[in-house]
Parts: sequence; C-alpha cells; structure tokens
Amino acid sequence: MAEQALTAKESDIVISVKDVAMEFNMSNLKVDSIKEYFVRLVKHELFFKSFYALKGVSFDVRRGEVLGLIGFNGGGKSTMLKIIAGILKPTRGSVEVKGTLSPMIELGAGFDPDLTARENIFLNGSILGYSKEFMQEVFEEVVEFSELHDFLDTPVKNFSSGMQARLGFSVATVVRPEILIVDEVLAVGDYKFQEKCKNRIRELMADNATVILVSHDSNQIEEMCTRAIWIDHGLIKEDGDTMAVCEHYKNA
Amino acid sequence: MLKAYAETFNKYKYLLYNLISRDFRVKYRRSVLGILWSMLNPILMVLILNAVFSRVFRFEIDNFALYLISGQTLFTFFNEATSSSIFSIVEASSLIKKVYIPKYLFPMEKVLFAFVNCIFSMLAVVVMLLIYKVPFSWTMLLFFVPLVGELMFACGFSLIISCLCVFFRDLKHLYSVLLTAWMYMTPIIYPISIVEGSWIRYIVYLNPLTTYVETFRSVVMYGQTPSAEQLLVGFGYGIIFMALGLFIFRKGQDKFILNV
Repeated sequence: MAEQALTAKESDIVISVKDVAMEFNMSNLKVDSIKEYFVRLVKHELFFKSFYALKGVSFDVRRGEVLGLIGFNGGGKSTMLKIIAGILKPTRGSVEVKGTLSPMIELGAGFDPDLTARENIFLNGSILGYSKEFMQEVFEEVVEFSELHDFLDTPVKNFSSGMQARLGFSVATVVRPEILIVDEVLAVGDYKFQEKCKNRIRELMADNATVILVSHDSNQIEEMCTRAIWIDHGLIKEDGDTMAVCEHYKNA
Repeated sequence: MLKAYAETFNKYKYLLYNLISRDFRVKYRRSVLGILWSMLNPILMVLILNAVFSRVFRFEIDNFALYLISGQTLFTFFNEATSSSIFSIVEASSLIKKVYIPKYLFPMEKVLFAFVNCIFSMLAVVVMLLIYKVPFSWTMLLFFVPLVGELMFACGFSLIISCLCVFFRDLKHLYSVLLTAWMYMTPIIYPISIVEGSWIRYIVYLNPLTTYVETFRSVVMYGQTPSAEQLLVGFGYGIIFMALGLFIFRKGQDKFILNV
C-alpha cells in the first residue's frame, strides 16, 4: 500500500528541477566587435570572471501546488523561473516539465506599441503559441476580463502600464494552462484588478493547475501559496510550509 | 530533428503570419498607395537604370529594361531579406528574454516578408512583358522555380548572418558594403558574357544569385526550360545553405539570450 501511494505521488510531479546551475559570463565589457574579440583572444581575457546565479538547485513541484519563490533581489528567483520556462538553458542540471506551460515571464511581453489592443491580443496569443481559431474563440472572454471594451482600437502605446498589464494578464490566463508562471505581476494594476487576478489564479488552482509565483513581497506569497521556496545567493535556503518560510524570510 | 522543426513550425505558423502582417502594416502605414509600392518601386528603378545604361553605357542586350527588371527584382529580394534579418534576433531581444519562442522564426519572418514583397514585384515584370510585347510562353509559368531556390538560399544565409550578428555587431555595417559588391558580382545590369576572360568570372559564376537570375531569365524572357545544371546548382546551393544555416543557428541559439 505504502509503495503504491508513493508511485502515485511520483506521477504527480509536473516540474522536476535537478541540480540546476546557471553560470553567467561577467566580463566587465561585453565583447561584441570582431576586433575586440581577437584582441581579447590573444590576451586570454575572453572568458573570465564567471558568476553563478544558481549553484545547484533541486526541487519537485506536484500537480495542483501553488509554489511561491521568494528571495531578495538578485538572489536567483527570476533566473530559476526563466530556466523552467525554457528561456534560458542551464549550464548544468536538467529541468523536466510535464504539461502545457504558459511561458510568460512578464505580462504583455511582445506587445507592439503601434498596434491596437485588438491586434495585440491576437499577436500576443500567437506569441504564446495559440492558433487563430482558438484566439477568435476566446477573444470576447479576453476583452471581458480586461475590461478594456472602450479602448480596443486604441494603439497600445497610449495605454497606461496598468492597462497593459491587464491586457497581458487576460491573454495569458484565458487558456487555462496546466502550469502558469507569474513573475511579480500582481504588483501592477489597481487594487480591484489585483483582486480579480488573484481570483483567476484561484480558479486555475481549483482546476488543479500548477502555479509558480515569484515575488520579494512575502505578503503576497503568504496569501496565495501552499508552499514556498526561499532562494538566496543561488541556493535553496528553505523549502516548505509557506508561513514558516515567510516568517524566516521576514526576519532575515 | 527535422520532425521537431516541423512540429514547432506548425504550432507557430500563426505567429509567423501575424509578424509578417505587422511588418506590412508598419511598412505601408500612412502611405496612400500602400502595397502598390512593391510594384511601382522596381518599375521606377528600372526606368532610371534603363535611361542611364541605354544612353551612357551601352550593352548589346535585347529588351534591356526587361533584362534589368528581372535581375533587379531577384536581387532586391535577397537584399531586403538578408539586410533585414541580420539584425532580427537583436531587435527581438525584449521578446527573447521574456517568452520562449523558437528563435529561427525571427530571421525566417524577415525573409518571408521580403519574399511576399518580391511576389508583388512580379507584377512589375508582367507589366514589362506586356510593354515589350513578349509573346507568351508556357515556360513563364515556371518563374517560381528559381524563386524557390533563392528563397531557400536566402533563408539559410539569413540564419547564419543573424546568428553571427548577435555575437559581432560590426557585421551589420560590414554587410551593407558586402551587399554592394555582391550586386556588382551579379549580372543584373551587364550581360554575363562581358566577364568572360577576366578573373572576375570565377566569382560571378560561383555566385548563387547568378544562377537564380539566369534561370529566371531563361524561363521568363527566352522561353527555355531550366537546364539540369541550373536546377542542380540552384537547389544545391539552397539545400546546402539551409542545412548549414540550421546547423550554425542551433549551435548558437542557446547563447543568444546572454548576448542580446
């Protein structure tokens, strides 16, 4: 019986991060001209001063979990998120992801300022890899959620950052991905819209979606998450119950 | 590997379509004639070149304007495709840093955008054919054969230079000079016979664009079917450069994000 329960749990793992390390080349000057490249090649100055943003991080995320990544600025949270989303390839280690992942780090990434909100909804949807038919189907829902009916034909460059975030969040979550990655986005928008976003995330949670939230604000993590991981200086400092982790983080 | 490419391509073809239509909207925003410019531009260009070269320098070519425009449109396609894709990865940096997208889409999109423009320019060729009263020949319908070869070549070449440009930005400035040289090494304004006997002929013969331009002229102007050699060389260059481009691009793409 115990064995069976264990295997059932194993199959529940949707994200498996194994010993991930990420090295950045921190050479003070970026070498991007051919002359400089050869000069530095001769001087053996090309690859020095490496910086490890992550130094071997391992954890598993199960289906339905709402995981909060917490930590101070520059601690490696966003790097971890980018590796999970497939934007960065880790220097060492591996990440396995099962299920559809909404690869969104910053909401509204890829909005073209010159296009209208309507055009951007379709553009943004296609950036996330959705088909035209699907976007036409959910278009009304996106507009409904973003509450931007009156500005559909306004170029996005005339939007405030809060309005842009609203539009971005609406597109990113309309698909009900199995895994949603959210990076500090709940900080934008007014109070009312923040509540709406949180409700949407709770809805996704009820559908048994897995959510990863990144924030340096422990209140948000405490409010939303079922589990928290504190990443500091590229290592996991603490992993476990949200309240306990946040308590230690606040006192650090 | 090819299967994986096909799958992601299928998933992102709507994005490709959106990016191309965005480029169109941006290019022709607030212009009255819009897409007509894709056709008018080569015609006006050829009018000037024709005036210069039929009076000042003379070459013994029948239907010189037609000769010019067929070379001109094919070279313009390559020129636009490569010079816009060379910086495409760097320009897309804000997207690449935030969302996962197969990165080869960016140079590919620029090449396809130029290709669509080129297809519109074909209307200009049709106009010239009508003006010069060239009798219709069924081989004209084969005009797309050299174009497809050139499209493959341009795609492969763009993958290579857009990848290299991420690491060496100087390339962009160097490339515009190279393109000028490349234009003169392609028989656009002169007949290929004038390089006979000079060492330059090796460059002109080896130049893939020469093959495409010459093949295009044989089917459209002279009513000939493309020769086996033309097909072999044209598609050979296309396939080799596609393979080389995909190979180099794959090697470099994981490091893009650290360098853009």
